[in-house]
Amino acid sequence: MKNKKNILYAVIAVVIFAALFALVNLGVLSRQYQGLLVPIGVNVMLAVSLNLIVGFLGELSLGHAGFMSVGAYAGCLFTVHANLPVFVELPLAFIIGGAAAAVFGLIIGIPALRLKGDYLAIVTLGFGEIIRSVFNSLDILGGSGGLKGIDKSSNYIMAYVLAVITILVIANLINSRHGRAIKAIRDNVIAAESVGVNVVYYKILAFVLSAFFAGVAGVLYGHNLAILKPATFDFNKSIEILVMVVLGGMGNIPGSIIAAVILTVLPEAMRSLADYRMLFYAIALIVMMLFSSNPTLVAFRQRVFKKKAKEVK
Amino acid sequence: MKLKRVLALLTAGLMTVGFAGCSNGGSENGDGTESATFKIGGIGPLTGDAASYGTSVKNGAQIAVDEINAAGGANGMQLELIFEDDECDEEKSVNAYNTLMDQGIGALVGATTSGCSIAVSAVSEADGILQITPSGSAADCTKAANAFRICFTDPVQGQTMAQYIIDKGYKNAAIIYDNGDEYSKGIHDAFVAEFKELGGGIAADESFTSGDVDFNTQLTKIKSSGADCIFLPIYYSEVAKITDQGAALGIDLTYFGCDGWDGVIKQLNGDTTNINGATFLTPFVSTDTNEKVQNFVETYKTEYNAEPDQFAADGYDAVYAVKLALEQAGDTSNEALIAAMTQITVDGLTGEMTFNENGEPNKSAKFAVIENGAYTVVE
Repeated sequence: MKNKKNILYAVIAVVIFAALFALVNLGVLSRQYQGLLVPIGVNVMLAVSLNLIVGFLGELSLGHAGFMSVGAYAGCLFTVHANLPVFVELPLAFIIGGAAAAVFGLIIGIPALRLKGDYLAIVTLGFGEIIRSVFNSLDILGGSGGLKGIDKSSNYIMAYVLAVITILVIANLINSRHGRAIKAIRDNVIAAESVGVNVVYYKILAFVLSAFFAGVAGVLYGHNLAILKPATFDFNKSIEILVMVVLGGMGNIPGSIIAAVILTVLPEAMRSLADYRMLFYAIALIVMMLFSSNPTLVAFRQRVFKKKAKEVK
Repeated sequence: MKLKRVLALLTAGLMTVGFAGCSNGGSENGDGTESATFKIGGIGPLTGDAASYGTSVKNGAQIAVDEINAAGGANGMQLELIFEDDECDEEKSVNAYNTLMDQGIGALVGATTSGCSIAVSAVSEADGILQITPSGSAADCTKAANAFRICFTDPVQGQTMAQYIIDKGYKNAAIIYDNGDEYSKGIHDAFVAEFKELGGGIAADESFTSGDVDFNTQLTKIKSSGADCIFLPIYYSEVAKITDQGAALGIDLTYFGCDGWDGVIKQLNGDTTNINGATFLTPFVSTDTNEKVQNFVETYKTEYNAEPDQFAADGYDAVYAVKLALEQAGDTSNEALIAAMTQITVDGLTGEMTFNENGEPNKSAKFAVIENGAYTVVE
């Protein structure tokens, strides 16, 4: 049963990739949308990894941009100074970036054991801001002008593969014994502890894993832009990722993916509206939020989707 | 349940494809083919915190395009400006560039800010398209072979001001700069090095971070440091605060500044008693008596109901640089345009300039002296 499901997912992943590959190579996709493929991959990774903390562990983290920036700087600093062939350099950079972010995930995961809800949110928010200030003032990292001279070596295939790996790892974790333990902590810490769930271990596991993938996403981001500026990783960036998670539904991985794709493409698709796109973007957010949470609309959506599901059968 | 998930995934896939379908169907006349209109792309922040810069560049460039078209175009071609917003975000800037490429631009005026310019040139270098940043002052903005700039670099500003201050007979400068801002720090570092080189001394080297409003600590230190002048390589809003607080502390030293000072008189509501005699380097002052500048200021005021700043002038000059390159090259291919850039002389609003192979402009600095609520330009 489980195998069948995995095979199905693998097939879907391959089909989507084939579709993408064909679109890019047949020139159907305009430059504008081709350029969005890597940012989409980055945002999918960020949203899915944040969902692990916010949706499954049930803790509010406002420092995801901080983890992303740690990974981005670590990975990009490595490629700027390493001068190895690209196919050796980049995978190493992803691992280094992820590992560096994971270390910070561990550091933030420890206070997470003592704090809950709003208090943890403030701590993670503080972490993000501290990291940004540190990057701003460190000259070896380029200071406020940013880290420059990064090779623009990422491409959409890389972004796709990394996004799929992120989704697979996190989805499989969630569907495993560990995932059930994490969800049990979210639902009731005391009950979870009383049946022998190691709360300390699982909270830290979630933070470290989430930070790791955020870091990898950061490395990808840096190699797509050729410059990293501390100002990019501000509070707003964390909120942007959180919006994707909330919009897609807490603890809903496909939801996070869809939300990340839509929220990356939407502002670009609305370029022709010029200054009004801010307004329409906000309206679109409200509409999508209603669509995903208003009881009447949810019932309506379920009816429609069930019908379709029956037809498919 | 399972099917629902599968469906969700499929919709995600379909949406990617669906959105991709609604592309602009870009025409591909960017390279080589002669057409009646030559499209110039522009990138800058039209929304967000830095919106005033991008808007100025856009307006200035539009005035230049209109002028050129009214005078018969460049090489018989009419110019068209397509300007895209980047919100001062590197990722959005690259997206804007890709959108412009879809629309078949032949040259790029942008991006307006340094970071965005660097990010865009990482892509545009591969395309080989001529890129002129009007106001990206970081050194790396012109690193790519296809990239040129109109404004001074930060280090050049620092060096020029050091020379100017020494020439005025000051020997012991105090500095307050913003260490969280690349522009401020770039000018500061070059200034300190050059000033010492020229035999001057740095009496006090004070810093703050963007957003600070209280400068009494720094000013008190400067007051007791024996400095004979104060150099402020920062933006005008903080200049106004520092000079006000300096006056309150009884500091009566001459102030010097950089081109970020443009707008300081407005910020002080026209009351310049505290900073009379202050001098700053600037490529453009709207009260310049030069006929060309006055014509531009007048057009700008009637078209956009605002006072043009140096960003507008930079945008204007960038479009003229493209026009002259087109005429020099007699061709619209990227290689010809880039090669022509080093052969042209642009007599622009920000001075007469030529470009070297590194993409740097060669032009003389202008200085603005603040006196009784107005700027006076000295060469």
